[in-house]
Amino acid sequence: MTNSIGEIIDADAIFITGSNTTESHPVIGAKVKQAINRGAKLIVADPREIELAKDADVFLQIKPGTSIALSNGMAHVILEEGIEDKEYIKANTEEFDKFAKKVKDYTPEKVAEICGVAAEDIRKAARIYGEASKASILYCMGITQHHNGTETVMSLSNLALMTGNLGKESTGLNPLRGQNNVQGACDMGALPNVLTGYQSVVNPEVIEKFEKAWNVKLSSKPGLTIPEAMHGASHGDIKMLYIFGENPMVSDPDTNHVRKALSKTFLVVQDIFLTETAELADVVLPAASFAEKEGTFVNTERRVQRVRKAVEAPGEAKPDWVILMELMNVLGYGKKYHNTEEIFNEIREVTPQYAGITYERIAEVGIQWPCPTEDHPGTKVLHVGKPARGAGLFKAVDYIPSSEENKEEYPYILTTGRNLYQYHTTTMTGKTDGINEKAGECYIEINPSLAEALNIKEGEIVKVTSPRGEIKTKARVSEIVGEKVVFIPFHYAEGANILTNGEELDQYVKIPGLKVTGVNIEKLA
Amino acid sequence: MITLKINGLEVEAEEGSTILEAATKVGVKIPTFCHDPRLVPHGSCRICVVELEGGRNLPTACTTPVAEGMNIQTESKEVVETRREILDLILANHPLDCLTCEKSGRCTLQDLCFKYDVKETTHRGAKKCHPIDESNPFYYSDQNKCILCGKCVYVCSQLQGTNAIGFAERGFPTHIATPFNEGLAHSTCVSCGNCVSVCPVGALMPKSKEKFRYWETRTVRTTCSYCGVGCQMDLVVKENSVVGIDPVMAVPNDGLLCVKGKFAFNFINHPNRLKKPLVRKEGKLVEATWEEAYQVIADQINEIKTKDGADAIAGFSSARALTEENYLMQKLMRAVVGTNNVDHCARL
Repeated sequence: MTNSIGEIIDADAIFITGSNTTESHPVIGAKVKQAINRGAKLIVADPREIELAKDADVFLQIKPGTSIALSNGMAHVILEEGIEDKEYIKANTEEFDKFAKKVKDYTPEKVAEICGVAAEDIRKAARIYGEASKASILYCMGITQHHNGTETVMSLSNLALMTGNLGKESTGLNPLRGQNNVQGACDMGALPNVLTGYQSVVNPEVIEKFEKAWNVKLSSKPGLTIPEAMHGASHGDIKMLYIFGENPMVSDPDTNHVRKALSKTFLVVQDIFLTETAELADVVLPAASFAEKEGTFVNTERRVQRVRKAVEAPGEAKPDWVILMELMNVLGYGKKYHNTEEIFNEIREVTPQYAGITYERIAEVGIQWPCPTEDHPGTKVLHVGKPARGAGLFKAVDYIPSSEENKEEYPYILTTGRNLYQYHTTTMTGKTDGINEKAGECYIEINPSLAEALNIKEGEIVKVTSPRGEIKTKARVSEIVGEKVVFIPFHYAEGANILTNGEELDQYVKIPGLKVTGVNIEKLA
Repeated sequence: MITLKINGLEVEAEEGSTILEAATKVGVKIPTFCHDPRLVPHGSCRICVVELEGGRNLPTACTTPVAEGMNIQTESKEVVETRREILDLILANHPLDCLTCEKSGRCTLQDLCFKYDVKETTHRGAKKCHPIDESNPFYYSDQNKCILCGKCVYVCSQLQGTNAIGFAERGFPTHIATPFNEGLAHSTCVSCGNCVSVCPVGALMPKSKEKFRYWETRTVRTTCSYCGVGCQMDLVVKENSVVGIDPVMAVPNDGLLCVKGKFAFNFINHPNRLKKPLVRKEGKLVEATWEEAYQVIADQINEIKTKDGADAIAGFSSARALTEENYLMQKLMRAVVGTNNVDHCARL
């Protein structure tokens, strides 16, 4: 997030898109509701009529994958009505003219057709966002998990830049990160192209710095992302996969392809349970849970927070850091750490954003990076004064439909997401009876008119197919989804990801287009 | 700033703050049932009454703003007598089943009755007889124990924004209920448990798998391991088991949690946890020692590196694990294995 969770309640307008906030980030959802109670205006754009849609001043039930068109349409209206922040654009941005020219084509009427919403609602949303003095955008995987996810984010960034909603409290571009430490994992360079603190592996100075710090030779060839490594494994190029705390047999697209890939490689899985992925492994290593170790997680607002040990790990299970260190030692790298604080201090030495954060300083309240020195308070809002890169770069981007759309054989669009009760692949939440009582099995949401056309009744088992495979699941007939759109939560094994496409990736960051899958639905005889 | 006296002590307080806030600031404890700093003060329980010199009656500390020159007594004879009468009235309709009540040891009513020596009620009359609402899988509502402080209702409406519960009926039968008394399972309740976390008595209680007394437990401050909000929470620990979770009044969650953070902790002590390394032998995963497991992995890495190069190995790190562990995973892959093939589930 460019801004902080606590700032949400003081926003004048909140634009939520591709985030089912009250179910996926319930406490942020509660803050949004507090903001509404204080008078904030709310715009929701989502293919599903999520809970917050009922509180929205404008709800745009867009067709999945059409967010770029919507952003461009809103930008068109903002310019047409002259409510852009001319001063901010002039002082702090680049390539505005190119962008302005691009969005000229995206008239509300044209966009209304693409998105399947009313032109007047696009105008209304644009006015609310454009006229607010503090407007915050909250988004999640409904924006990013597309074949053009990066450009979809850029289209939202254009809106923030053109209205000057950046670098001030209660504004900004705020991705809600889905997992407890996805921010920390990214910050630590658990990414194929960067080391810690987003230091690029292709920068010779960076490589030299880390070679010195770690006393080894390092590769400057960018590595493979998960979808690419999975692809490599299925083609025999990747001979070994070491997976920890992750269950791709449920969470990754195209389960049959994942199974094939994992079966072909030497597979090591390190986890707290024998997950669907661990069942395929050649070696399984038992790990400690979060309640059994000391350390830190970094939340969605970049706040480094403490994790503390409450109980002993069961049996011979060990904290992941101990396992990784011991394996390094067996492989001949002799470095020993006695606790996670020692590791954290090493991180501080090589990561400028973390240099000022110490375990002592975050004992009570976490600190938000960047925090370059020990007397720095941490950073609540990014891009204050000027965007970090100097000038905010407008990106003229076009709406391009996914190749999953408009296939005769697969006429309906499947989109995926979470429900309130389960978390990711149910490995943890599924161990609580009450959670399973509320959301124990997979289902598909189908609009009543589609259900009627296909003669499907509530609770019936239906067959859902895509080019990747088929599943049988229970129908939930509900107006929450539009007529030609269906929704399946991705929590369950033998569920949504049997159907999704693992091949069509975003060109910049290789994210799969999980939110748009062409499917067919049949009533079982 | 406003200057006033609390128990003879000169105190400075901000204009617009309440007597309760001024007292808390200087470490003077005034008992409360219904007060919560996050809520609009509603002064419904009256237990925070204090004596104000020159005042007509005893004002409630939680709703009365400070004024210049106020002279406040928080434990005077009259205050104590009034608090005893309030407790006496509450007890007139509260079961005295502390022997078996799960809230015992963490019950504000129990603590205040102890403090003010109120052993039983002097009022006799009808007793509440509400059925216990057990329809929610995570917590139950026993309205016979409710003291109608209203905190649950206001947390649900003002902070959680769900409006699942409210006051039903008036006078003696008043109780907290879902619309049309249909039960929690049939309401808009999202099982966040934020009402349970603020209940000062045993009216809203988690359904615990394990029997425990609060005095057998300790708490450990940590960060929730589910979504990216990073809620601060206290794990309630008995021996080697996590038996409950409380939200912490701090950034970023300000005392709120969701159903997963509050109630979905059974995985920690679950019998199916992995307890030993497993190595596949003749097609089956069988238990092995750590040394053996490490050696099998190291042999594979060395063999593949020699034959196909380090780039034929890839590691998936974990957005679920510690920052420090993610650092070590990428260090293992880069510095020891020798490849940048390291990624994690950020895209999924």
